[in-house]
Amino acid sequence: MDFYRAHVLICAGTGCSSMESRLLRQNMHEEILKRGLDKEIKVIETGCFGFCNMGPIMVVYPEGTFYCQVQPSDAAQIVEEHLVKGRPVERLLYQHEKESTDTVEMENIEFFKHQKRVALENCGRINPENIEEYIAQDGYFALAQCVNEMKPEEVIDVIKKSGLRGRGGAGFPTGMKWSFAAPVQADQKYVVCNADEGDPGAFMDRSVLEGDPHSVLEAMAIAGYAIGASQGYIYVRAEYPIAVERLKIAIKQAREYGLLGKNIFESGFDFDVDIRLGAGAFVCGEETALLASTEGRRGEPRPRPPFPAVSGLFGKPTVINNVETLANIPKIIRNGWEWFAAMGTEKSKGTKVFALAGKINNIGLIEIPMGTSLRTIIYDIGGGIPKGKKFKAAQTGGPSGGCLTESHLDIPIDYENLTAAGSMMGSGGLIVMDEDTCMVDIARFFLEFTQEESCGKCPPCRIGTKRMLEILDKITSGNGTPEDLTNLETLAETIKDASLCALGQTAPNPVLSTLKHFRHEYEAHIYDKKCPAGVCQALLSYKIDARKCKGCSLCARNCPTEAISGKIKEPYIIDQAKCIKCGECMNRCKFGAVIKE
Amino acid sequence: MKSIEELRAIKERNKGDVVSRNEKGVPTVNVHMGTCGIAAGAREVLTAVMDEVKTRNLDQIHIVQSGCPGMCINEPMLTVTIPGEKPYVYIKVTPENAKSIVLRHLINKQPVQEWLLNLDK
Ligand SMILES: Cc1cc2nc3c(=O)[nH]c(=O)nc-3n(C[C@H](O)[C@H](O)[C@H](O)COP(=O)(O)O)c2cc1C
Ligand code: SF4
Ligand code: SF4
Ligand code: FES
Ligand code: FES
Repeated sequence: MDFYRAHVLICAGTGCSSMESRLLRQNMHEEILKRGLDKEIKVIETGCFGFCNMGPIMVVYPEGTFYCQVQPSDAAQIVEEHLVKGRPVERLLYQHEKESTDTVEMENIEFFKHQKRVALENCGRINPENIEEYIAQDGYFALAQCVNEMKPEEVIDVIKKSGLRGRGGAGFPTGMKWSFAAPVQADQKYVVCNADEGDPGAFMDRSVLEGDPHSVLEAMAIAGYAIGASQGYIYVRAEYPIAVERLKIAIKQAREYGLLGKNIFESGFDFDVDIRLGAGAFVCGEETALLASTEGRRGEPRPRPPFPAVSGLFGKPTVINNVETLANIPKIIRNGWEWFAAMGTEKSKGTKVFALAGKINNIGLIEIPMGTSLRTIIYDIGGGIPKGKKFKAAQTGGPSGGCLTESHLDIPIDYENLTAAGSMMGSGGLIVMDEDTCMVDIARFFLEFTQEESCGKCPPCRIGTKRMLEILDKITSGNGTPEDLTNLETLAETIKDASLCALGQTAPNPVLSTLKHFRHEYEAHIYDKKCPAGVCQALLSYKIDARKCKGCSLCARNCPTEAISGKIKEPYIIDQAKCIKCGECMNRCKFGAVIKE
Repeated sequence: MKSIEELRAIKERNKGDVVSRNEKGVPTVNVHMGTCGIAAGAREVLTAVMDEVKTRNLDQIHIVQSGCPGMCINEPMLTVTIPGEKPYVYIKVTPENAKSIVLRHLINKQPVQEWLLNLDK
């Protein structure tokens, strides 16, 4: 055995890679080599830690020292100070905790403290390109156990009892889904992993594939054993090059080790996996559209039944599961369903990964037990809202979901409660909004997305969302009329009722939910022609407060349309007819005399 | 892959590699590596500890270093911490002593009294 006294883990996820973590890795290797420490210290590339906002991330074990925003040029100092002399480099430690301890360990950081990592357990801990590290973390033991010691029905039974529900959006019980496909007689069955991840802002599936690809392969093989399938496909979007690369490496290694292929563990069970690249259409995440696209046809949903479990890929029984759903499977088999069912709420077991984004200090990927409150997520894990601003709302479920308000801060987050609050779990996007966010504008943003992504098969979805978007455009540009609100509601109901797939059925949700919780903002746009949050350009005007203006002429000299005039040392005025609302005057004024209203 | 035993063998072979990233509460050997410590031979002590841990295949031990404890006269120094016990500080450690400390203190759980720092002196 090679023994290394220290392990330096450097994040090689998409976020950190975009911030020169590759060069950092190379520099660390060089510095270590230069000092002859290469036999004592091992540098490992890992997957995303979820703290991408503070990247590039580096963790030094055994102490578990957590460094953030490490630049390639910091390599020499880290090696010299920390690895040679044992003195952590203070300035690179995570900020908030700096005063309290001199060695900041990962588990003491608020961001990680409240998390419970199950699906993300290995992300940021192992080298995803080395199958042996996965095995050292008990990888593939669940598969071995299934094929050697369990009957397929027993595997399904364990998954059923665990209470695991699909993490891709619909929350359908996974064990139940498998049990539909298992009894169907067919010469061929398939397991498909949905890695399309279309929700804007969500990136948990990418992180799992990048940081722990073998867990998905192992889970697919287990699913294959449970339902009697011998072939799996991973449908992943081509925009995830690092994930695709790691998957390719993982599949190759698993085949070399005989963990994919023929006669796995000499049990007579065969299973192999191939990758299918998607072009990144949101609708291709919908299961029937995904199957069509995998077969090489146009990615359009089709009516169900027949459900894929009965007639799926190439007309054969097929189980489709999301990446995060699958990542839970090996752990449930290894630790037992009781372990999994002990986490979470009555009907939502286990954990859920959320992509925290928007107006929040700690942007990143977090995994929490079901039942955690929004307050814990935002204020403890997320570190609160920047600049001391006030929380206004949080959008869950991405473009299909809705918003939660202050009154929802303390409800335990699970499938049922989110639905009851008029939102949904979705794939786990969580966008935080503060007092400066205009809710009409947000609704418009999501609707614009779904309207563009509609596949066009159903007129209510194709045309209805377009009409809704036009109405929102009208409102935000100051031309809204009182009928607009009722028209929005009527359209929304029709689209929900008459669309074939959940894209159309859920597209009006962001509008409906903001109409419900923030109707007064819509009304302010329509009746008062004002945007209370000061976002909608057309409803704003820039003015100069005569009492504060010193008459310095700075704004006038910087206005691109020469809309500002006045005499030196006397208050200046903005000509509203010429003003293009660029806000330059407000940025320039040193006396805070320019106001926006 | 033929059997779960084969899988287990791979796990054993690599366990030491990931264990240091998982385990908390394992015995720690801390070599003080301040400038004076390094001048006095702390580097050689560290290498000796590593060799010993490697030859004996002890994957449940953490080796860390820390800065100068402010007792340059006693360098090189090394602290052994076994979870739940008070730390033992060894002074004027040579590479040979370091090896015995690993054997006697970490494996046989008998601190080597004569090399310990005696604060009364
Ligand atoms: C418009 C639309 C987009 C979807 N996008 C995804 C996606 O990106 N990833 C995903 O796993 N499921 C997505 N789904 C849900 C899938 O249809 C399906 O429910 C899911 O993959 C099943 O896996 P699960 O039971 O493990 O969640 C989408 C559904 C719709 C209607
Ligand atoms: S609801 Fe929209 S996305 Fe779904 S099938 Fe119909 S047109 Fe296509
Ligand atoms: S920059 Fe400010 S103070 Fe100067 S003229 Fe413009 S509004 Fe007045
Ligand atoms: S990509 Fe490095 S922490 Fe997310
Ligand atoms: S032109 Fe008037 S604010 Fe920019």
